[in-house]
Amino acid sequence: MSAASTAEPAFAAKTKTGRFTDFVDSRVGGSGILREFGRKVFPDHWSFMFGEVALYSFVILLLSGTFLTFFFDPSMAETHYDGSYVPLKGVEMSVAYNSSLDISFDVRGGLFMRQVHHWAALLFVASIAVHMLRVFFTGAFRRPREMNWVVGGVLLILAMAAGFTGYSLPDDLLSGNGLRIIDGVIKSIPVIGTYISFFLFGGEFPGTAIIGRLYVLHILLVPALILLMIVLHLFMVVIHKHTQYPGPGRNDNNVVGYPLGPVYAAKAGGFFFIVFGVLALMAGFFTINPIWNYGPYDPSPVSAGTQPDWYIGFVDGALRLMPGTLGDWQVEQDWFGYVFSFNVLLPALVPAGILFTVMFMYPWIERWITKDDREHHVLDRPRNAPTRTAIGMAGFVWYCVMWAAAGSDLIATHFGVSLNDVTYWLRTLFFVGPIIAFIVTKRVALALQRKDREIALHGRETGRIVRLPHGEFIEVHAPLDEYKRYKLVGFESPEVLPAVPNEHGVVTRKEKRRAFLSKWFFEDRVAPATPAELEAAHGHGHAAVEAPEEAKSLSH
Amino acid sequence: MKALSQKRRHPLAAIALLLMGLLITGGLYAAATTVNEAKASTTSYSANDVEEGGKLFAANCATCHGMGASGSGAGPSLVGVGAAAVDFQVGTGRMPMQMNGPQALEKPVQFNDEQTRQLAAYVASLGAGPAVPEESLLDEGGDAAAGGELFRTNCAMCHNAAAAGGALTRGKFAPALADVSGKHIYEAMVTGPQNMPVFSDSNITPEGKRDIITFLKQIETTGSPGGADLGSLGPVAEGLFVWVAGLGVIIAFTIWLTSRTS
Repeated sequence: MSAASTAEPAFAAKTKTGRFTDFVDSRVGGSGILREFGRKVFPDHWSFMFGEVALYSFVILLLSGTFLTFFFDPSMAETHYDGSYVPLKGVEMSVAYNSSLDISFDVRGGLFMRQVHHWAALLFVASIAVHMLRVFFTGAFRRPREMNWVVGGVLLILAMAAGFTGYSLPDDLLSGNGLRIIDGVIKSIPVIGTYISFFLFGGEFPGTAIIGRLYVLHILLVPALILLMIVLHLFMVVIHKHTQYPGPGRNDNNVVGYPLGPVYAAKAGGFFFIVFGVLALMAGFFTINPIWNYGPYDPSPVSAGTQPDWYIGFVDGALRLMPGTLGDWQVEQDWFGYVFSFNVLLPALVPAGILFTVMFMYPWIERWITKDDREHHVLDRPRNAPTRTAIGMAGFVWYCVMWAAAGSDLIATHFGVSLNDVTYWLRTLFFVGPIIAFIVTKRVALALQRKDREIALHGRETGRIVRLPHGEFIEVHAPLDEYKRYKLVGFESPEVLPAVPNEHGVVTRKEKRRAFLSKWFFEDRVAPATPAELEAAHGHGHAAVEAPEEAKSLSH
Repeated sequence: MKALSQKRRHPLAAIALLLMGLLITGGLYAAATTVNEAKASTTSYSANDVEEGGKLFAANCATCHGMGASGSGAGPSLVGVGAAAVDFQVGTGRMPMQMNGPQALEKPVQFNDEQTRQLAAYVASLGAGPAVPEESLLDEGGDAAAGGELFRTNCAMCHNAAAAGGALTRGKFAPALADVSGKHIYEAMVTGPQNMPVFSDSNITPEGKRDIITFLKQIETTGSPGGADLGSLGPVAEGLFVWVAGLGVIIAFTIWLTSRTS
């Protein structure tokens, strides 16, 4: 395209701006890019904007983080505080903690920037999480977007890594306690654990190296990887085009929405400033991570109410839920003269491992079960994929149980209940919660589908009772208009795919498993009303009553 | 049209209401945490105090603690607990106990200062024990930084580094220390009420206790330099806030941005 434009030497712009833009355009082909991107159509829905929130939070993190690097010193050398916060005057502490206090109290705008940075970090991970929930529950991970789902998952993990490395940097008591837990988890890995720990901390915990190392990871490696993944993620969004919710005139071959330029670009640009503004207000009015309360890190004290930031909470919660003994069996075992701390290893790595493995594999699991290899650009309403929605809710509840367990002490004090009871209940819910969530969600989704079907076939109940000439009473149902009805009937409803023999005429065990899962997924599906059913429903009995009603409702 | 605009306004109104609720709660909390001044108390009791205290004890405490404070199945012996224990338990309203439970809860004080003093005199007369601290130890003139270090090492594991309180096992808890007088803090350290361990003078010196009180009063009067402190509860409160208020406001904006004037 740029070759074509340079092949026209005759064009000369009339204005200075014109000549300038032509100069740039003829060298980098900006107009081609703009033409392509400016016409990119994005569908409009509030739930599509969480990815944007994450992106903007990341930009804000880069900006505020750069400011913080000007003043932060990641050294673990010892010093005595001589800043303006009186309750810590003269206290021995690391240079890192000292410089974090200086940022908070003696650098102009420093505390505000620290709080912007920390609130933005919490919002960054939260918006990624909500974005992923939206993608999962609407089925947006299906072909062709499986790879982008994985990239998104990697982004979530990187965001958590960025958060955790940053959380530890001020070298205050709270983050030091968190680091000590990580050290314990690493050391619980059989055989290599202690070696990894000594390698990471440069000797016995806490050593004098860890803050500097985490700092390099936090400001160099992790953000670079996040940036790389964001580029990949957005690149794939452009290639795949955006998904859209089902509706009249929307199908897998089109995208209904606004073009990027000018409407969407303006909205997105404005939205950046809205996110920035919300974060700035939060940072201005609400304190976050008041490191001056916690004091310098010292391996001996552990404060009550020590928790990680919310996104690591589920791992902390799992650790809190793990019992030390199961009946008479000690979970911590002494084998061949070595201690195997399964009471730490299992809760720290297994639930997170299961969550992320299932999350990454889910697009392929569903693809295998449904044998559905078609491209999908129209989203599912969650109720129209009851089993997937139920699986998602089961995982979500499982996560939330562990997440809540990280605040078990605060649940106990603030609701006036026993900490032990909170733990017992959460332990029970850890196993039972996902099952209840699955059953309840599936029943609710199926019930909603049946309601939709009923409304599509028979219209909305108006509450008007009419007595017919021969004495019969009927309730008048107002039929839906076509647009509303489309939403209720125009969805895909996969059916059970029985096991089929392979080319050798053998039904493999794997195929039998697939067929079993397919049955489990779809056997109680509620089929959308077919045109014939709609025809029949409107043809019978109360058509005479409906007709005038339809005429009346034209003015809606 | 009208119905549409109402519908559009509704979720925003709910979020505004939520924010207002948070602000009001925060404001009330800030207003409620005003400093209580410690009052002077004399450690010399007259025979009359002991006698009056004995009468009050027989009428109000002996049901559980037994006649002569020798204890019963329902309450421990108070011989040798000292005047400080009585001044703390009665002075904070924990005794007489309202009901059995994991631990005695703070409630409106049942006896006036004179009666509390008499009760303390009576119990102190039964056996030697920690006395009500002298005013010089409660003047908040100690070293706040040293007190902070002592607090983090000895107290923060139950009371939280910001003295916001914390949970113990089976419904017991370490209370927040924000509105506790210096005298009661001192008495709690020397007598170890409820589940609290005793911090004797050889464990934390009287000067150390004075530093701790100084530290607690200082962080209380300093307030929160970074804005509303969300209860000083750490990352859980912060996470809850970002999910409910932060994301809530942002969702309100996304709905506004994608709404159409059909």
